Amino acid sequence: MDKKSFEILDVTLRDGSHAMSHAFTPQQVRETARGLDAAGVRYFEVSHGDGLGGSSLQYGLSAHDELKLIEIAADECKQAEVSVLLIPGIGVKGDLQNAVKAGAKMVRVATHVTEADVAAQHIALGRELGLKTVGFLMMSHMATTEKIVEQAKLFESYGAEVVYVTDSAGYMLPQDVTERISALKQSIGCEIGFHGHNNLSMAMANTVAAVQAGATFIDGSLRALGAGSGNTQTEVMVAVLERLGYQTGIDLYKIMDAANDVVAPFMPRPQEITGSSLVMGYSGVYSSFLLHTNVAAKRFGVDERDILVELGRMKAVGGQEDLIYDVAQGLAAKN
Amino acid sequence: MSKLKVGIIGSGNIGTDLMYKIERCDSLEMSVMVGIDPDSEGLKRAKDSGYTAISTGIDGLMEQIDLVDVVFDATSAYAHQAHSDLLTAAGKKVIDLTPAAIGPFTVPTVNLTANFASPNVNMVTCGGQATIPIVYAISRIVPVQYAEIVATVASKSAGPGTRANIDEFTHTTARAIEAVGGAEKGKAIIILNPAEPPVIMRDTVNALIKDKDFDQAEVVVSIEKMVKEVQEYVPGYRLRGTPQFDGQRVSVFLEVEGAGDFFPAYSGNLDIMTAAAAKTANEMAKELIAANA
Repeated sequence: MDKKSFEILDVTLRDGSHAMSHAFTPQQVRETARGLDAAGVRYFEVSHGDGLGGSSLQYGLSAHDELKLIEIAADECKQAEVSVLLIPGIGVKGDLQNAVKAGAKMVRVATHVTEADVAAQHIALGRELGLKTVGFLMMSHMATTEKIVEQAKLFESYGAEVVYVTDSAGYMLPQDVTERISALKQSIGCEIGFHGHNNLSMAMANTVAAVQAGATFIDGSLRALGAGSGNTQTEVMVAVLERLGYQTGIDLYKIMDAANDVVAPFMPRPQEITGSSLVMGYSGVYSSFLLHTNVAAKRFGVDERDILVELGRMKAVGGQEDLIYDVAQGLAAKN
Repeated sequence: MSKLKVGIIGSGNIGTDLMYKIERCDSLEMSVMVGIDPDSEGLKRAKDSGYTAISTGIDGLMEQIDLVDVVFDATSAYAHQAHSDLLTAAGKKVIDLTPAAIGPFTVPTVNLTANFASPNVNMVTCGGQATIPIVYAISRIVPVQYAEIVATVASKSAGPGTRANIDEFTHTTARAIEAVGGAEKGKAIIILNPAEPPVIMRDTVNALIKDKDFDQAEVVVSIEKMVKEVQEYVPGYRLRGTPQFDGQRVSVFLEVEGAGDFFPAYSGNLDIMTAAAAKTANEMAKELIAANA
């Protein structure tokens, strides 16, 4: 395979919002968007980390109105298009309509891997609005391959043009990715995507496995800026895929410049694999719980790892950030 | 007239659970269960208990409308308006358990008697019934500028109606946090968790208090008192830990275990909805009966 056969979707300005405690400034968004567009990235995502309407005490209030940020990013696009994330139960259809007015051209409607049926009305709206419409199965490690196929078929039946296998906890190993993507490839007609997290240092290997199994949309973020230990690092992914003989359509130097000259200077901390993010990958905990767990551990004087292991045992799903404080309080009472 | 006769439209989870709660109300008498699937569990159970079971939906009920005085609608937001128009035209009281919210919101511990004169009363949402009492318990002590609730329910306890109406859930709950809870601005989030064994309904209330100076102890006492009042009709309604304060922010963690009438105890979300609706209708019936006596 020597021609471009997939799209790289950059999530720095959405997944990175978790690592930035939802405080991206208009300037940071403008410069990052400009860099991504200039490098040739076709799609990139801008939203609160928990999607449209995510600004809340539960997940963190946005320092700047996400609609303004979407507008700023869209304004920088010469060839790229802005995607937004929408998690039904958090965001609503009106949020998507507003995002489209602000310039969004793509929507990714995300549900927990077993709950695709809450997204029917949002996916239908995405199509109605003429958006590139994607179904995003979060925490895909928590379901069997059969279940993922069943849920992907639901998304496809509602009108999704792409269905994502999303490793929200950074728990999957390459063979898990290969199995799931291959099964989807055989069972659904729409395109397949993969979104990785690096909690076990597997994001790149998983992304390569996804592409080799037939994924045609893959996610990355500059300098890996994202929840937990971050995502597959976009600029590294471009280099790796080029080495493997794929044409990414992205200018390596320009994407490196966006990563190192624009994003790196505003990162609050490096995206290294810390004890806590390692435990997340090991026990399958939603990556955006990381910073909330830091806070809760300090407030209640308990070990972050104990909180995370308990959350894994309780099978917490994405969005249950309140449970972190509940668990920490419970652990403190026991100690 | 010693009891009002009850009809329930919607023979799914909510409707069936409600039937058992109506049986325990001293001023209500279960009469008719209405569904659209003759094989539904709810209709079968109603029939087995000796009630009239109608499988032809609202039209079937309208043909035997004299069998009911008060009708609970446990179908969907999309169907409710048409149901309500027909029933109120026939002079029947309507208790709306969908998030359609045509009539005024009722949360028993906050405004039980406020809407008895209204032909249609709305019960907000399960998340609203679980959390608005707490928002109100805070706002009756200190002004609340913003309140946000997060309801986490077991996937198995969220039926097709809830799933198709997820946006309506967030809109209706947010509006009621303001209108009934007394917050200046409200927001609602719902999360479905498929864990096995299923998780008990959990709710978190996060509120921002308007003043910097307030008596935390007074707020806690108000919350604890409110929890006891809700426990009178939902015994499995409990605080988890103690309310947490961080400057002007207060966070309250709750758990709602159901009575297990039709659905297992984890589905406190169904239980608190049906219990609140039954309590509201029962008190309304008492007042109507007394007025006609």
